Amino acid sequence: MDQQVTQPVTKAGFSAPKTRTAGDRLILSLIHVWAWVFLAALILAFVVSVPLVSGSSVSFFTVRNSQNILVAITPILLLGLGQTFVIISGGIDLSVGWVMSWASVLSALALREAYNAGLPLPLAVAVGFGAAVVGGGMVGLFNGVIIAKLKVPPFIVTLGTSFIVRGMALLFSENTTVIGLPRGVRDYGNEALMYFVRGEGGGFYFLDKPELTGEMLRRMDRIITYPVLLTALVVAVAIFVLRRTKFGRHTYAIGGNREAAIRAGVPVERHIIMLYVMSAATAGIAGFLSMLRFTAGSAVIGDPLLLSSIAAVIIGGVSLFGGSGSVVGTIIGSLIIAVLTTGLVMLNVPSFYQFIVVGAVVILAVLIDQSRGIIKDRIETR
Amino acid sequence: MASEPVLSIRNLVKRFGGLVAVNDVSLDVFPGEVVALLGDNGAGKSTLIKCVSGVHSPTGGHIIFEGEEVHFSRPIEARDHGIETIYQDLALANNLDVPGNVFLGREVEKSYLGGLLRPLDNKFMLAQTASALASLHAEIPSLEVPIESLSGGQRQAVAIARAVYWQARLMIMDEPTNNLGVPEQHKVLDLIRALRDRGVPVILISHTLPEVFAVSDRLVVMHRGRKVTEKKVGDTNSEEIVQYMVGALDDTRTPAPVA
Ligand SMILES: Nc1ncnc2c1ncn2[C@@H]1O[C@H](COP(=O)(O)OP(=O)(O)O)[C@@H](O)[C@H]1O
Ligand SMILES: [Mg+2]
Repeated sequence: MDQQVTQPVTKAGFSAPKTRTAGDRLILSLIHVWAWVFLAALILAFVVSVPLVSGSSVSFFTVRNSQNILVAITPILLLGLGQTFVIISGGIDLSVGWVMSWASVLSALALREAYNAGLPLPLAVAVGFGAAVVGGGMVGLFNGVIIAKLKVPPFIVTLGTSFIVRGMALLFSENTTVIGLPRGVRDYGNEALMYFVRGEGGGFYFLDKPELTGEMLRRMDRIITYPVLLTALVVAVAIFVLRRTKFGRHTYAIGGNREAAIRAGVPVERHIIMLYVMSAATAGIAGFLSMLRFTAGSAVIGDPLLLSSIAAVIIGGVSLFGGSGSVVGTIIGSLIIAVLTTGLVMLNVPSFYQFIVVGAVVILAVLIDQSRGIIKDRIETR
Repeated sequence: MASEPVLSIRNLVKRFGGLVAVNDVSLDVFPGEVVALLGDNGAGKSTLIKCVSGVHSPTGGHIIFEGEEVHFSRPIEARDHGIETIYQDLALANNLDVPGNVFLGREVEKSYLGGLLRPLDNKFMLAQTASALASLHAEIPSLEVPIESLSGGQRQAVAIARAVYWQARLMIMDEPTNNLGVPEQHKVLDLIRALRDRGVPVILISHTLPEVFAVSDRLVVMHRGRKVTEKKVGDTNSEEIVQYMVGALDDTRTPAPVA
């Protein structure tokens, strides 16, 4: 092989991408943050229109309203969180709605049993939490194993389990609401970190609920209820895991190119199983929180939220083809849905219009997502 | 050849049902050489190297790597031995950035709170990626963008940088210049030379004869699953190789001319 003259190593530099004009950059960044812009515009529109329509004494931009919106998004957000991971990996989890119901029933039963067996309330609540997370997680394990090991499409597996879990939830709740929970449970689900009393003699209370009655009590707002607090913690963990950890990196890799992930040694099957366990466990937390909030377990609480949560994920920019999206996007998607719903209620718009509007926004979101690619291509290839 | 082969394939057979994709192929690869694997579509080249890289389990025969017989049942096992493969389809995650791909499956983490918090060490991985690319004299304008925005040649550079960073002891490249423009093809050939100059042996699968003659030391031609010849690059020419590729010449049928 001596005749082969070693050639000098030349610089293998590759051509730089085409330069973009300032206008291009503006368009590109706008289509990236459109959801933020849309949310801001929505809030502005309601701030202006609510007093006009419902009388000048009614305002959209209040502490109470902001808290109502937060309370309303917690279940959508929790269902959407696991879904965000699952969809980024290229899957889908249609079972989370009924898993939430199932967890709500299971945690109510477990909490009641534990309390009646003589456990102090905080421990009984902890037992309820454990039952919700483990009971939900088991469904996720079942989903994950069948999807990852037996290679059945996630759509079909999770559709199937959602029926199974629906049956189990109705069976365990004996087709009615699970009640008879200790009274103190209500506080866990509705009391807050902070309180704010508007107007005369009012004030701000941190970790200390003021003893109020009558008219003063009506002026009191709860700021960051415990369910909102727990949800915020779960969201913070989810953001960290997806953005900053190996687990998050692998989730994107599997959604982007599953074959590449396998060849690179990513434990793909185990990872997929964990994703469905996570998704079901967060749905379990949503069921637990709804049980605390209503002091009852309900077998029908979760199902209507499934589609809202998927809508939130899609509005937030998670591609159903997998490989892209973020938790922050899902938060914005949930906020858009909650702000829309709350605002339309305040405008006295009948509730069926809300569905129509949310549906339109979902389709709009996907259209913007698609045009993003097209616009990018146009700008880059001209 | 004085030194020990890095890789010895002995009488390898791979069947898919009734189809014999690789039929009794033996092949040696020595340190610091580029061996070209040639043949028509369906000749069994990809299948042969997939047996070496752990994608397929051979039906028969032996694979001896660095003096020891190996049986890989998964690609990661081959990678752990230092056999890095750049597949026809590249096997990169297009939605991840350059360091994300170079470190895929072997991410480096920091550790806080006694290992409770283990965020990715993106700074470290970025710096290592940049120096691996620099050692290949490959320039990519921005490493922190999803690699789908890179050109085909740049993606090849990413795949090769990954192999270099993880200290490949054998590099297998399946049609690395496929779907590339001519200037980009030249850059990939430069990358192959840079690899060889680092002492990493390369098995190169290619259809493009000029490029094969430009970088290879030895040529192996397959036809319908069998190895029909093996030549030093100086002892043959394009016309002869084409005859082998189409099956007109076959050393296993007619005795090879004495060199
Ligand atoms: N996974 C597989 N299953 C069944 N047949 C296969 C598989 N992979 C390759 N083959 C067959 O094996 C033969 C050799 O294919 P391949 O190794 O891809 O050829 P080459 O890379 O030389 O073009 C072809 O006939 C092909 O159809
Ligand atoms: Mg091939």
